[in-house]
Amino acid sequence: MLGDYSFSDLGAIFAMQGFAGLILFSVYLLMALGLAIIFGQMGVINMAHGEFMILGAYVTYLCSAFCQTYVPVLFPVYFFVAMGLAFLASGALGMLVEWSLIRFLYKRPLDTLLATWGLSLILQQAYRSIFGAREVGVELPSWLIGSVQVTDTIEIPVNGLFVMAITILITVSVALLIYRSRFGQQVRAVMANRAMAGAVGIDTEKVDRYTFGLGCGIAGIAGSAFTMIGSTGPTSGQLYIVDTFLIVVFGGAASLLGTIASAFSISQTQSTLEFFLSGSMAKVITLLAVVGILMLRPQGLFTLKVRR
Amino acid sequence: MASLQTARAPGIQAPPLATIPSATPALAVEDLHAAYGQSEVLHGLTFSVAPGEIVAVMGRNGMGKTTLMKTLMGLVPVKSGSIQVEGADVAGLKSHVRVVKGLAYVPQGRMIFSTMTVQENIETGLTVTGARKVPQDLYDMFPVLWEMKDRRGGNLSGGQQQQLAIARALASRPKVLLLDEPTEGIQPSIIREMGRTLKNIRDARGLSIVVSEQVLSFALDVADRVIVMENGSIVHEAPRDGIDEAAVARFLSV
Repeated sequence: MLGDYSFSDLGAIFAMQGFAGLILFSVYLLMALGLAIIFGQMGVINMAHGEFMILGAYVTYLCSAFCQTYVPVLFPVYFFVAMGLAFLASGALGMLVEWSLIRFLYKRPLDTLLATWGLSLILQQAYRSIFGAREVGVELPSWLIGSVQVTDTIEIPVNGLFVMAITILITVSVALLIYRSRFGQQVRAVMANRAMAGAVGIDTEKVDRYTFGLGCGIAGIAGSAFTMIGSTGPTSGQLYIVDTFLIVVFGGAASLLGTIASAFSISQTQSTLEFFLSGSMAKVITLLAVVGILMLRPQGLFTLKVRR
Repeated sequence: MASLQTARAPGIQAPPLATIPSATPALAVEDLHAAYGQSEVLHGLTFSVAPGEIVAVMGRNGMGKTTLMKTLMGLVPVKSGSIQVEGADVAGLKSHVRVVKGLAYVPQGRMIFSTMTVQENIETGLTVTGARKVPQDLYDMFPVLWEMKDRRGGNLSGGQQQQLAIARALASRPKVLLLDEPTEGIQPSIIREMGRTLKNIRDARGLSIVVSEQVLSFALDVADRVIVMENGSIVHEAPRDGIDEAAVARFLSV
């Protein structure tokens, strides 16, 4: 499959596909961060995570439409407002769901799978009723359109650079929040041992609610970023949820670094292979590789070395 | 509404003076029943712990010592009865509110947060005090924790983890410290040291300690009073001075 291309062509292809992979990596990583917090830390299997992402995408769409129609002056910067709103909307919905549904299921982690799957169906239908079954796309402000010409054959889209910058910012913030802040410390204590965390004075219910809200909020931001690379429909989130779970499990469920490494390797493999093979063959090969590695390392790529 | 108010008015009555003890006990447990689901495990325990007193709760495995500790801490729900910390009833409260009211807990098996560092473990105990930094006096009390403060808790030895669990509990400035079988799985030389540490803590902070125990020598070493439990009830209670060791030993023998 490689024989038909010259060496410099191949270099350019790998660079371009690698870059396209980086955008995919950004969306995966943002999705997986939220899921790593909810699944890796809380043990809740959130099948509705994709729908929380799509909520963020719809909020971004509404924001773009609103700015275009009523305040065109603000249109160039609407995206920043949209991301904030997407975080708040998905986070608020997440906290509501935790309060009304998830908190009753902490002792039955497998049931969270069914409950959140039901929730995802409800949300999909809600989106369909509110926004219609047709996919919607957002208008990008002019400064995000176009690309940077690096060499004759390699050019890099501006919106991709932007999405990546956002991803790095969010990832660093989440890492700081979890590993450096007092709240993060409480989150880790609750996830390590919920009963004991209560017995040292941590309000575990509050921590659970904010943690779930945080994970969903980050999915909302992922949705915002998603609008730049795909169009938003009621079931778009479904396409990402399996991949995202794969990333979290592959990376090692409780490791942030593992999540980053696994999102990177999976998105790059997929994106590079997609150029040479069909999309589904690329997926097959990626999945086979992941399955093989997980058979050798069931605990995932990264784990903490500690006696438990 | 009117009838409600008139009905309540005569209800407000000062308790008879005779029932007020000279000093409020640090911990007062009255007719405490607790159950796992349908099966009742604690059948009406009544005891109290004076400020600055160390009480050892003794008994064989499965007699309800750990359940008592968990019930006091809110990890097993109270079926009926009351638990008072310095006169305030905590029986219906959640664990973390009980910590605010002055209870602290060192569980069986220590249950430190193994992936977190020693310092972070102690800091979780600061949640209710609002302090940002671990008070130096805790590290002075357990110098080994200062040396290891950046190690992960799970990588400490059993004795070190025990000290960490005690430091974490003390960080919330408790009035009553509950320890569940602190000597379990710890070498004999360290057990003796731990007895000294517990008495030092009591003397330095004036708190009360309830410790559940199977090792009679350790209990006689630290406790001012010994309570013996059997099948979820208190069957024997004696101050350390003049305790009938043989009688207590009989309750503990299998």
